[in-house]
Amino acid sequence: MDSTTRICTATVAIIVCCAAALAAEPIRIGVLLPSSGVYAGLGNDQTLALELGFDQFGREVAGRPIELIHADTESKPGTGLAQIKKLVLRDRVDVVVGIISSAVAGAVRDFVHNAQVPLIVSNAGNDDLTGPQCSPWILRSSFSNAQISREMGPWMAAQGFENVFLMAFDYAAGHQAMEAFRGGFVAAGGTVIGEEYPPLGETEDFGPYLAKVKAADPDAVYVFFAGGPAIKFVKEWAAFGLKGEIQLAGAGWLNSALYIDAQGMDAEGALGILNYVPSIDTPENHTFQEQFRAAHGRAASEFGVAAYDSARLIVDALKATGGNTTDKEALVAAMQATRFDGPRGPFRIDPRTNNVIQNLYIFEVQAQGDGVAAVVQDVIANVQDPPNGCTL
Amino acid sequence: MLLDPQFLIVQTLNGLQLSALLFLLSIGLSVVFGLMNFINLAHGTLYMIGAYLALSAVRAFDSFWLALLLAPLGVALLGGLLYLVLLRHLQRADPMRQVLVTFGLIFVGFEATDIIWGSLPHAIEVPALLAGRSSVLGQVYPTYRLFIIALGAAVFLLLYLGLERTRLGAIVRAGVDNRTMVAALGIDIGRVFFLVFCLGCLLAGLAGVVAAPVFSIYPGMDMSVLILALIVVVLGGPGSLKGVALGSLIIGIADTYGQVVVPELARVTIYALMALILLLKPAGLVPVRSGH
Repeated sequence: MDSTTRICTATVAIIVCCAAALAAEPIRIGVLLPSSGVYAGLGNDQTLALELGFDQFGREVAGRPIELIHADTESKPGTGLAQIKKLVLRDRVDVVVGIISSAVAGAVRDFVHNAQVPLIVSNAGNDDLTGPQCSPWILRSSFSNAQISREMGPWMAAQGFENVFLMAFDYAAGHQAMEAFRGGFVAAGGTVIGEEYPPLGETEDFGPYLAKVKAADPDAVYVFFAGGPAIKFVKEWAAFGLKGEIQLAGAGWLNSALYIDAQGMDAEGALGILNYVPSIDTPENHTFQEQFRAAHGRAASEFGVAAYDSARLIVDALKATGGNTTDKEALVAAMQATRFDGPRGPFRIDPRTNNVIQNLYIFEVQAQGDGVAAVVQDVIANVQDPPNGCTL
Repeated sequence: MLLDPQFLIVQTLNGLQLSALLFLLSIGLSVVFGLMNFINLAHGTLYMIGAYLALSAVRAFDSFWLALLLAPLGVALLGGLLYLVLLRHLQRADPMRQVLVTFGLIFVGFEATDIIWGSLPHAIEVPALLAGRSSVLGQVYPTYRLFIIALGAAVFLLLYLGLERTRLGAIVRAGVDNRTMVAALGIDIGRVFFLVFCLGCLLAGLAGVVAAPVFSIYPGMDMSVLILALIVVVLGGPGSLKGVALGSLIIGIADTYGQVVVPELARVTIYALMALILLLKPAGLVPVRSGH
């Protein structure tokens, strides 16, 4: 072998190696979820389900491995913005997925819009994010606050509840949920006879508010509470003797699978509406629940489902583009065109608002075995948000 | 609605119940502040740890009453360790260092509970004996909340008797008034400090246990009560038992009625009240220090 041949061979080898390296360039997905701060519990739940989703639907597309890069928002808007900048500018991620808190979503919105990076919001439900503030680069796989509560008004009116009392914390999500409920309920002939908005993060005790509810004597109460306060509310509701006297109803996070066991029999009889309950009887849901239980020893929640479906949305869209991540517009278009049946039912993204179109489940909490469980009473299929000021 | 006597009875009981919890939580903070001139911002964290220890005790022994006994002792032990290892060295440090270190402990406590017990919220059941509702002046009210009020009152009485009638109580009162003089009399004031500190931690743990069945248990449950407790201490006058009791009553009742009467200004009412009282009585409602 003379020297020329040797150099040629070496060059060819280098080119082949580089091409292989290029082809195997990983697809980088930024995972922007809190592992500390007030929403750490929900962030961890979504992280577990997201990992499960990629295990299930593929860690490789068109020969390119999918690499997840995790960043902790600490549930804080400032940190969230700093972390997404790091993901996009330094780690050069192709897609970002995550965000629990609407405050974090609001903080990163303009950056994402200007940086033109596809962002899949897997929880934060602020209506404006797929309404007046919508962006062609921001898709939401979870829900909007109004989407969940809007359908419950007409349903409860049809069940014969005439006078309803509203209660939620005094912040954007609370007001959005209550206004969405009020719209449908009043249009269907119901009356809102009272409402209370305790301060968020400062309400130690619901006792004073429950005494007001009792004095107002409504047919039902519609609330929006989640996490620790949801447990507290349900337990105090029973302790004050309102359970059995007044119908308790709420956006379904009131009785989330994450903590319905902690509420126990105090939650029995409550009505809720949500985009997912663990008892949905479909093969997709059984598979999901069994895998999650096998890996983590407990039932998966609605938070987990949104993350799991987000993984599938990303993988399906990447398959549709043949693993091409340079044309971001084509990638978003592929996401908008993706349709599948997930654990919560038919899933697709509404190209008008980029919010998810999904089934809603109306459930009652019933005693089951030595605990309680959410039992589906009614399904409202393919609920789609109105554009709400969004012009995509 | 406000003139409805039934409504007033229930809301007043709600106020008393909050007052009782605040009293249990604030008394340790106040005496430590008054006696040692030491601001322990991690006091709320001990309250939270009390609730979590109760959770573990209930899971292990399936008995609320055992939890009520064990968890405060555990918190007192932890508080004692904390004092010996860390806080003792800060006693003569300037307030800024005390605040920074104990503020840091809040974060340590937050992460530690997250790591040990997880970040999902938990609840424990009200014991069967107190699970029902009782009739008070013709109004039904949760029995467990009446228990909290009674416990607060009982602890106040015990502490009052202890402070007024025992030798240790006399030393503590004298120490709050003028610690140099007490030390000059040959009393080991350091040991008294330590005992008082542990007792304060025990009561914070007790507050955490009794609060757990009413409020749920979650990392960060300490933050909102810490602020209320600090207000109580400042209002009552640091180091004063009667001051803490009075401050707890005022804040508990004002917070409850504030939420009912002007919900839009729920938290503003107590801050406004605090500003007003401090304007009129800058040393608190029951000032104890004379010789400074």
